[in-house]
Amino acid sequence: MSDFESLRQKARSKYEELRTGQKPVIYLGAASCGKAAGIASIGGKIKEILGELGIESKLVEVGCVGMCCYEPMIYIQKDGKAPICYGNLTTKVVPELIKDFLVDGDPRTDLALGAFDGPQTEGVPRLFDHPMLKPQVRVVLRNCGVIDPTDIDHYLANDGYVALQKVLAMTPEEVIEEVKSAGMRGRGGAGFSTGMKWEFCAKASGSPKYMICNADEGDPGAFMNRSLLEGDPHAVLEGLVIAAYAIGASKGYVYARAEYPLAIKHLNIALGQMREINLIGENILGSDFSLEVIVKEGAGAFVCGEETALMASIMGERGMPRPRPPFPATHGLWGKPTTINNVETLGTVATIIREGKDWFSHFGTEKSKGTKTFSLVGKVQRTGLIEVTLGTTLQEIIYEIGGGILDGKKAKAIQTGGPSGGCIPASQFDLNVDYESLTQAGTIMGSGGLIVMDEETCIVDIAHYFLTFTKEESCGKCTPCRIGTHRMLDILHKIKTGKAEMKDLEKLHEIAWTVKNGSLCGLGQTVPNPIYTTMKYFEDEYHEHVEDRKCRALVCKDLIRYHIDAERCIGCGICAGKCPVDAISGEKKQTHVIEESLCIKCGICFHSCPPKARAVEKIDAEVGQDG
Amino acid sequence: MSSKVREIVESHGSNPSNLIPILQDVQTNDGYLSENALAEIAGLMDVSESTIYGVATFYTQFKFVKPGEHEIRICQGTACHVRGAESLLDFFKTNLGIQPGETTKDGRFSLERVACLGCCALAPVMVIDGEVYGHLTTAKAEKILTEYKEGKR
Repeated sequence: MSDFESLRQKARSKYEELRTGQKPVIYLGAASCGKAAGIASIGGKIKEILGELGIESKLVEVGCVGMCCYEPMIYIQKDGKAPICYGNLTTKVVPELIKDFLVDGDPRTDLALGAFDGPQTEGVPRLFDHPMLKPQVRVVLRNCGVIDPTDIDHYLANDGYVALQKVLAMTPEEVIEEVKSAGMRGRGGAGFSTGMKWEFCAKASGSPKYMICNADEGDPGAFMNRSLLEGDPHAVLEGLVIAAYAIGASKGYVYARAEYPLAIKHLNIALGQMREINLIGENILGSDFSLEVIVKEGAGAFVCGEETALMASIMGERGMPRPRPPFPATHGLWGKPTTINNVETLGTVATIIREGKDWFSHFGTEKSKGTKTFSLVGKVQRTGLIEVTLGTTLQEIIYEIGGGILDGKKAKAIQTGGPSGGCIPASQFDLNVDYESLTQAGTIMGSGGLIVMDEETCIVDIAHYFLTFTKEESCGKCTPCRIGTHRMLDILHKIKTGKAEMKDLEKLHEIAWTVKNGSLCGLGQTVPNPIYTTMKYFEDEYHEHVEDRKCRALVCKDLIRYHIDAERCIGCGICAGKCPVDAISGEKKQTHVIEESLCIKCGICFHSCPPKARAVEKIDAEVGQDG
Repeated sequence: MSSKVREIVESHGSNPSNLIPILQDVQTNDGYLSENALAEIAGLMDVSESTIYGVATFYTQFKFVKPGEHEIRICQGTACHVRGAESLLDFFKTNLGIQPGETTKDGRFSLERVACLGCCALAPVMVIDGEVYGHLTTAKAEKILTEYKEGKR
């Protein structure tokens, strides 16, 4: 048996022992979102209780299973049965749960979300039958939230690096052919064939060659790459090594956002472990293929998601794009052939090799193969990280997985593709999510952010929001994008504040056309997408803002006012006490009044009015003003 | 001349591709990039000060003003925006009397907008001194800020 085989055997028995051992194991959902939801204090409480009860239990930190709305989450495994998942925990409930389950043997089915695969506990449903998970197909996320991402043995025990072993016995051409015929398309946005991208670079002359993983997930509202890197970094790194082998690269980079410290930490731990057992370094697993990989931290520039800007940043320069061609495949880092793939693309590669192209391509539609991860957020009941086969409808994603709109409100639209994407109206939620259908609807797949909007979201405000973002992030190199984003934002500001005229809408359209057609890079060329789609699908809302000076969602501050309903006000004085500009007056137990001329419309009174009164309301600025 | 800056530059090496990691480490050490530090890096790397300044100002991570004792970062991601991040930012601007990128006169708080923290499922979100607070309303934020002001956090 080779050294590597015996390592895998050891890893398997270690993992098996953890999963079936008699000693209880408590898994903590400790990805960034779990940490933000307070898993650290839950973990602290658990340790305290275990100590008090004198119970010996192993604590294992895992990544995110994707059910972010149920954070903080833990899973408890007892008597070698499948771990049972508990969500929305508080430090109050946890001691009770631990004592009931681990001392009295009551698995508290009332608190359980479900049990993972394996020997089941009576009365506990299967976790993967949960309405949020059932419609999903987990290929890329298969290990996320299941294994300890900082322990390479967990990855090895779950078929980790099997694909790499297989690849090292193939020729680079065979690897490229496999990925190409699987129909794999880049998951970063544009959807270009991954195999073809590799082929261009493999055939390019020049040495050394470079392989880059683009982990600069800059789209606001998207966190798929963060979760994958935090929860299963080896899956991405295995894909990176395979890609490097295919193109003949000797050096690899992971360019990661500095805003993702935990992902960077897990990547560096994983690379250290790989080095130790020769999965990177000289003569990988005894082959004649050598590769060094380092993590480069980005410093906060959205445009660095663009390939040529990303490379400038790795080289220590201002992250500004340059015209293409020449493409990175021939002229990349330091002028050498370079391939850049997105995190999820690389996270999918090992599975394609391991399971075969036919297995992979039976998921999805004719032109969009496989699965795709999305971050489902915004005004939806169940928010989280999801993975579905390409071709799933928006309806299924929002209503089945997401459980519908928050607080029983009506859906208005869904935004896909980040600042380069667009808004799809609720009337088109039967749309299939695949590269072609989304492009036809005027938006893009992008990296996978899905932001659900309800009737309380103002569509003009959303366009204004994205333009504010892209104006800040425009690198300034080319004129259409640099000036165009400013001018478009000016007009949107006029609309939002009720100062625009109908001819401004025409002007907005005209500038958008120029920016789209005249900009140098992908950022500028797609900047107008949010404007185009919102103007196309929500023309009446634009008209209302311009002609009637009205914002039906009651979002645009200049078009609304706050008002205290005299009949509902209980005179508690909370709003008056909190108002930062002393605009609210009234005696205790008497109706309070807002002095309009002083009000800055911060909304604190609205949010602090006790739920039993709900006397502060947002209304149309014109209502009740003239009499 | 600060020995720390020299140490950082030497640990990375003065190859221009190491400029960003060097700036990041100096900022981690000093809290921001001072004029002196930038000049020193330029000298040590044998690159013009304007080149260093050009690179540093390109990236939003780098700060050129000394941050406050408590650093408040309000997420402006899309999910946070549709769930009310703008009023949250307005609240901090009014309450602290500063704009994003500024520090209060007493040096206690600084305020920043941040593009997206990737905790979108908990929107709206803010970070104070590395601690993430989710599912915020202006009322909840006010309570948290008061606790910082009173030194309870």
